[in-house]
Amino acid sequence: MNEIELGSTDPVGARDGKDLVSGVPVLPLPAHTPRRADIDPVAAKRAERQVALMFASSIALLIAFTVAYIKVPNTSLVSIPVIGTVGTNHVLLGLTLGLALFLIGTGAIHWAKKLMPDVEVTQERHSLSSSAAERAEVVEIFNRGAAESGFGEHKLIRRTLLGALALLPIPLVVLLRDLGPMPNTRLRNTIWKKDVHLVTDATYQKIKASDIPIGGLINAVPENLLEIEESEGNLNQRGKASIILVRMDPAEILGQQGENWDYEGILAFSKICTHVGCPISLYQQRTHHLLCPCHQSTFDLANKGNVIFGPAARRMPQLAITVDAEGYLVARGDFKEPVGPSFWERG
Amino acid sequence: MSDTQQKASENVVVSKVGVAAGYVDDRLASANFTKRLLDKVFPDHWSFMLGEIALYSFIILLLSGTYLTLWFNPSMTEVIYNGSYLPLKGVKMSEAYSSALNISFDVRGGMLMRQIHHWAALFFVAAVTVHLLRVFFTGAFRKPRELNWLIGTGLLTLAILEGFAGYSLPDDLLSGTGLRIAQGIMQAIPVVGTYVAMFVFGGEFPGTDFIPRLYSVHILLIPGILLGLITVHLIMVFYQKHTQFAGPGRTESNVVGYRLYPVYMAKAGGFFFIVFGVTSLIAGLVTINPIWLYGPYTPSQITAGSQPDWYIGWLDGAVRLTPNIEWNILSHTISWNLLIPALIIPGIMFTLLGVYPWIEAWITGDKREHHILDRPRNAPTRTALGVMALSFYLILWIAGGNDIMATAFNLSINTVIWTLRIALFAVPPLAFVLTKRICLGLQRRDKEKLLHGYETGRVLRLPHGEFIEIHEPVSFEERAVLLSKVDVPVMEITSGEDEHGVRNPKGRKAKIQAKLSGWFYTDNVSAPSEQELAEADEHFAHQLGAHERTAIDSH
Ligand code: HEM
Ligand code: FES
Repeated sequence: MNEIELGSTDPVGARDGKDLVSGVPVLPLPAHTPRRADIDPVAAKRAERQVALMFASSIALLIAFTVAYIKVPNTSLVSIPVIGTVGTNHVLLGLTLGLALFLIGTGAIHWAKKLMPDVEVTQERHSLSSSAAERAEVVEIFNRGAAESGFGEHKLIRRTLLGALALLPIPLVVLLRDLGPMPNTRLRNTIWKKDVHLVTDATYQKIKASDIPIGGLINAVPENLLEIEESEGNLNQRGKASIILVRMDPAEILGQQGENWDYEGILAFSKICTHVGCPISLYQQRTHHLLCPCHQSTFDLANKGNVIFGPAARRMPQLAITVDAEGYLVARGDFKEPVGPSFWERG
Repeated sequence: MSDTQQKASENVVVSKVGVAAGYVDDRLASANFTKRLLDKVFPDHWSFMLGEIALYSFIILLLSGTYLTLWFNPSMTEVIYNGSYLPLKGVKMSEAYSSALNISFDVRGGMLMRQIHHWAALFFVAAVTVHLLRVFFTGAFRKPRELNWLIGTGLLTLAILEGFAGYSLPDDLLSGTGLRIAQGIMQAIPVVGTYVAMFVFGGEFPGTDFIPRLYSVHILLIPGILLGLITVHLIMVFYQKHTQFAGPGRTESNVVGYRLYPVYMAKAGGFFFIVFGVTSLIAGLVTINPIWLYGPYTPSQITAGSQPDWYIGWLDGAVRLTPNIEWNILSHTISWNLLIPALIIPGIMFTLLGVYPWIEAWITGDKREHHILDRPRNAPTRTALGVMALSFYLILWIAGGNDIMATAFNLSINTVIWTLRIALFAVPPLAFVLTKRICLGLQRRDKEKLLHGYETGRVLRLPHGEFIEIHEPVSFEERAVLLSKVDVPVMEITSGEDEHGVRNPKGRKAKIQAKLSGWFYTDNVSAPSEQELAEADEHFAHQLGAHERTAIDSH
């Protein structure tokens, strides 16, 4: 070590082997050791060929990319170990393009490392702050401008201008008014009404009470949903009115949100989590627990739909049901409390 | 080619460049700037490539994203799917989802571009995050680079939002579920939440306005701001010159490295192609976000065990860990269970992140410029704070997969959540203490190495029978690095009273500051004095002599 004597060749920013700013010892930059390609023409030639080979392979791969694009049908599949079954066209395009790009990159870097100069260069840093005189000049110019404009003197001008500027955001906010409707009671109502049939989600079949076994679970929606979805052209009502039906032994029901809201042990609950609105899907029939897959809030359907675990703060709203003359399940009215996530005005 | 011929052809090239440069210079006086640009020296270190990866991923996102816009149709109008993906033929879905399927199955190369776009988005946020960590742990954010750190915080925030927006566009079952959660969180904002949600979604969830609106945010608004901020970010790096690590020939007032043209340009340009190539290879081989398996979004369905993209995991985890506190005051609802994890915690985290350079500068009273990077061990308190914050983030992130962990380790969700809740408060302080100790240990070892060399593992028997292990002085490069440790003086504690015994508030502030400064620095191991270093050198010279003698003895 210490082949180079301390302080003999101070780098920029150091004197007597010490950094001028921080005062810590600084060792000089060692002399450059040439690489093989710098002194051996054969090694240089080899490096040149390696770089060119990478670029040439990239050319070949780009041609292969084009051929694959044209020749390999988009529908053919290929099965690759570990990766599974994937589109042949997709994999070939990915491999050829990826490798072509990769080889351009490695070629350029190999070139820089082997053949371009590798002598480290030292450059001086210049102070990032201006001189005191320059700063003073800026302040002076600023003050001169302020004086010339009379911004300080003309109080009336200044205050009215500031007032106008302060109100400028008004149009920006006002213009946003038509982004959406006022909330009104939208979050409080669903399309459930007295005597609306409960139908199965997806197939819209009326549900006979006697068809549901104890322990059974059915995803249901109001019968009028399809019609309303079509006329409104959106899924908004589905996001509020979806329910799940479960049947349990009436003796196991510990409590309901209203007197006799079940029909012979069949209970209807909102499917929309009261936390942030995920549709709930996991029901454990032994415990009567309903679990939300989003953040694991758990509700006890045998006991008023109360929250027994997780981040949801409100119970699952229950829908009062009964049957029509033919024994099909119908609603006895809308939910008695808002479904879905909380909101400021909910109360 | 003969020598003269070669000379001639070189001259032609040079003069062509000269003519072109002259044309531009006549109009912009660009020669001076171009000269400084091409000659600019950049220091080399692998960790400086992290910012580059972020930059290149962003460019890949712009390229692949533009390609996707040629076919993607951001509309929530219902259509019946009739493309070549058979399992979904005849299914009702939005045009957005149907066109995303089309890009995947009917546009040749469309699947590749979708996959490149998604992978690049994951790499982008990852590269930004790791880049931030490198800037933090090396102290690169100190004066004069605080403003660039602030811009960086903005970039990170925007990168996360941009990723979430993109994830939400295809209107598949997963992306719709993410939006439902976002909408539920908006609704929880006190006073204005209901209105915000109504206005943003054009009515109730999901409505038909949101995806077209999100589209302009995703392809114009956020990328535009990102592009602008990245440009400023890079101009600042260029203008202030990059920092460098300590080493032979490196000082606070110089930059040692390679010139932009040609070496750095070839390396950085080549690296862009490598990042692009690797992204394309991964995109071709590993499927990410197979939207065709999830099906179209409908608010009454969900897939169990669904996970957001990795950079949303910590928010999801925070939402999962927060207890179900909700207040009802005068028939108004305050949902702390959402406000805390989704607004308050992220708000605090990003604010602290953004202002950290000023906090540290205030604590240490350090007003100097810094161009030589700190080794993390030499700033133990900062490093410990960083690891502490990181452990907090990681626990939240892990909590985002609490259901997966519960199934994997056969635990109840309850156990997992309570363990993580406790860990969230217990682990970060532990991480702080532990990191600080490790740093100080490393400092001691550094000093030891400088004064007594490193242990070679070779044992020697001295003539009088004693065994010693040979210590060799550290290499020249390492010595330069070890010597660069700066001893920072702890601020003097000034009394909180002036000379007349009157308490002065300024003095009190100074006292707090001095105390904090002490907390930040006191444990540091001092750098060896000049005398100690000289003695060490002499000792090595002496040992070398003894070493040679024994070598002769054993012959
Ligand atoms: C879109 C995201 C970003 C891009 C494209 C980007 C790009 C870059 C690049 C290419 C560099 C120079 C090379 C390097 O030091 O790695 C750099 C430097 C820097 N970045 Fe970023 N960055 C991003 C985000 C961030 C973030 C999130 C922070 C911190 C909050 C940050 C803070 C800095 C600082 C302080 C420097 C100067 C470092 C030095 O001179 O040592 N950047 N950035
Ligand atoms: S949405 Fe159900 S637990 Fe969060």
